[in-house]
Amino acid sequence: MTPARSRTGAGPQVPKPRKALAHIGIPAWIYTVAAAGGLLVLLPLIAMVARVNWPQFIPLVTSDSSLTALGLSLRTSATSTVLCVILGVPLALVLARASFPGQRVLRSLVLLPLVLPPVVGGIALLYTFGRQGLLGRSVEMLGLQIAFSTTAVVLAQTFVSLPFLVVSLEGALRTAGPKYEAVAATLGARPGTVLRRVTLPLVLPGLASGAVLSFARSLGEFGATLTFAGSLQGVTRTLPLEIYLQRETDADAAVALSLVLVAVSVTVVALAHRGPRPPGRASAAGGEGATTAAPASRGGVL
Amino acid sequence: MTFTVQAVVADRGFDVSLSLGPTETVAVMGPNGAGKSTLLAVIAGLLHPDSGRAEVDGRVLFDVAGGRGPWTPPHRRGTALLAQEPLLFPHLSALDNVAFGPRSAGTPKQQARDSASRWLAEVEAGELESRRPVELSGGQSQRVAVARALAADPGLLLLDEPMAALDIHAAPLLRRLLKRVLAGRRAIIITHDILDALILADRVVILENGRISEEGPTRDVLLRPRSRFAAGLAGLNFVVGTITEHGLQARDLAVYGQHDDLPGPLPIGQPGVAVFPPSAVSVFMAEAHGSPRNSFPVTITDLEPHGDRIRVRAGEGGQLSADITPESSADLALVPGIEVYFVIKAGAVSIYPG
Repeated sequence: MTPARSRTGAGPQVPKPRKALAHIGIPAWIYTVAAAGGLLVLLPLIAMVARVNWPQFIPLVTSDSSLTALGLSLRTSATSTVLCVILGVPLALVLARASFPGQRVLRSLVLLPLVLPPVVGGIALLYTFGRQGLLGRSVEMLGLQIAFSTTAVVLAQTFVSLPFLVVSLEGALRTAGPKYEAVAATLGARPGTVLRRVTLPLVLPGLASGAVLSFARSLGEFGATLTFAGSLQGVTRTLPLEIYLQRETDADAAVALSLVLVAVSVTVVALAHRGPRPPGRASAAGGEGATTAAPASRGGVL
Repeated sequence: MTFTVQAVVADRGFDVSLSLGPTETVAVMGPNGAGKSTLLAVIAGLLHPDSGRAEVDGRVLFDVAGGRGPWTPPHRRGTALLAQEPLLFPHLSALDNVAFGPRSAGTPKQQARDSASRWLAEVEAGELESRRPVELSGGQSQRVAVARALAADPGLLLLDEPMAALDIHAAPLLRRLLKRVLAGRRAIIITHDILDALILADRVVILENGRISEEGPTRDVLLRPRSRFAAGLAGLNFVVGTITEHGLQARDLAVYGQHDDLPGPLPIGQPGVAVFPPSAVSVFMAEAHGSPRNSFPVTITDLEPHGDRIRVRAGEGGQLSADITPESSADLALVPGIEVYFVIKAGAVSIYPG
């Protein structure tokens, strides 16, 4: 008779921790194809490592030009990652939380560099910031020249890396949902306070993995950089450009530097995938049916 | 009246007007989708009504017509919301969660923490101060959430089924706690449990299809429901019809009953309702005559256990019910689908204007 009964009798919504089911519902042949996929990635790396000239490795990677390129790569990638965070956080917030006409178009445009050939991106940047470009003249009047400078390297890297941060963060924001923010607002927190004390801490794992991915993408950027910034030693010749150049003259150096780049990238990706601590640290005392209150902590979309 | 709200949300068919006294707690009940959460969202400022006006202690929360007009953002309304889920900020300790409201209001950190500490003690969660939300059980989390809402010093506390997600052991504890902290406070509580309305609220409002179908002191509403939903809450049979000289005429059903003790006779020909408890209904295989009683032929739709009785549901959609002993049910060999007579003494039927 009373709807109250059925409602409250529905039991607590806190799931008890239970063992994973032993049954794995994927057909056996999937493993074979999966293994082939894994090998496609792994085999070339092995082949490359096999070609490394180990006795010459240290001198090759510590040569002047190599160290200059590595230093430039790290500096520009760090700068472009900072730029990605500064520009990407507001973009992701606007895409995930606001609602306005043209939002879908904006999202598609922001994600465009993901699918665009980097060399096309480089050309587009050249016609924006280059001497004859859309903004080139105004920039030049300010006494700046962007194309073929270190600034151009950073811009090219930011252009191709920004989508990684935006996608990661927007996913984290959508997973977290607006509920916490609504509660914070009813508790008297103004929008700025909500952003600083609730939204950003909630999506911090997503932001961190997005930033790491952006950094990795910046580090590997080649096409747009070469087109827009050129290959000037110490100014625009980043590590990938240096590797490409060395390949023509000194294959051993190219392989050694490639290995360095692989090592840096693997470290970066490992950092990104280390992810948040598992939330199962609930102590036995308060742990009976502890709530899974932190869906946001798994917000990293990779 | 120090809190008033009147709001229309057209695309949800929502049109409600409600007032609360300075220390009044009102329970809002109604079927799912009736607009209960819409009401709280409109008051809290999480949803823009199409038109309407709300005021708390002379302060305008919104005054909109055609979607335009003064609008106070949620953070300046002083209407803390406590939802079904505790929604504690997972990255803050219990203490910092509770201190969130005071900190947002500009209270210095140490002072906010002291006040948070007091509120946690108030909800008997003082020992949980340093815990993270993941380390709290559902009941503990909800207690901390209550402290957090109260620490924000809201002029109006909004509770959206605060007990619904709790298990049967944690719910009574929280109900006792709310009873204590809601005393002398202005609050609106959405609930599905009539017990909450009885214990926590001064008044109950029944919301159906986006409109208030009935409101009044909880006891009165349960004693004399004027809506099918409220009658269901009170566990009473409910027949709508027109008042006649001897009782009530409901379509092809003539109900004899007591005209309730109103000043003066009931207005004959006006809409009215007849209400009687299932325990006053007997079940017979043949029509019964005699002392003033009602005898309706009905078809049984369902039989279900109800305490130590069997509840016999009959009529369209099982709208009438009778509680009989398992023995009589067995004697009569009752099964769904057979036709029986529901017999109710006229003295057990209350009739009043609907």
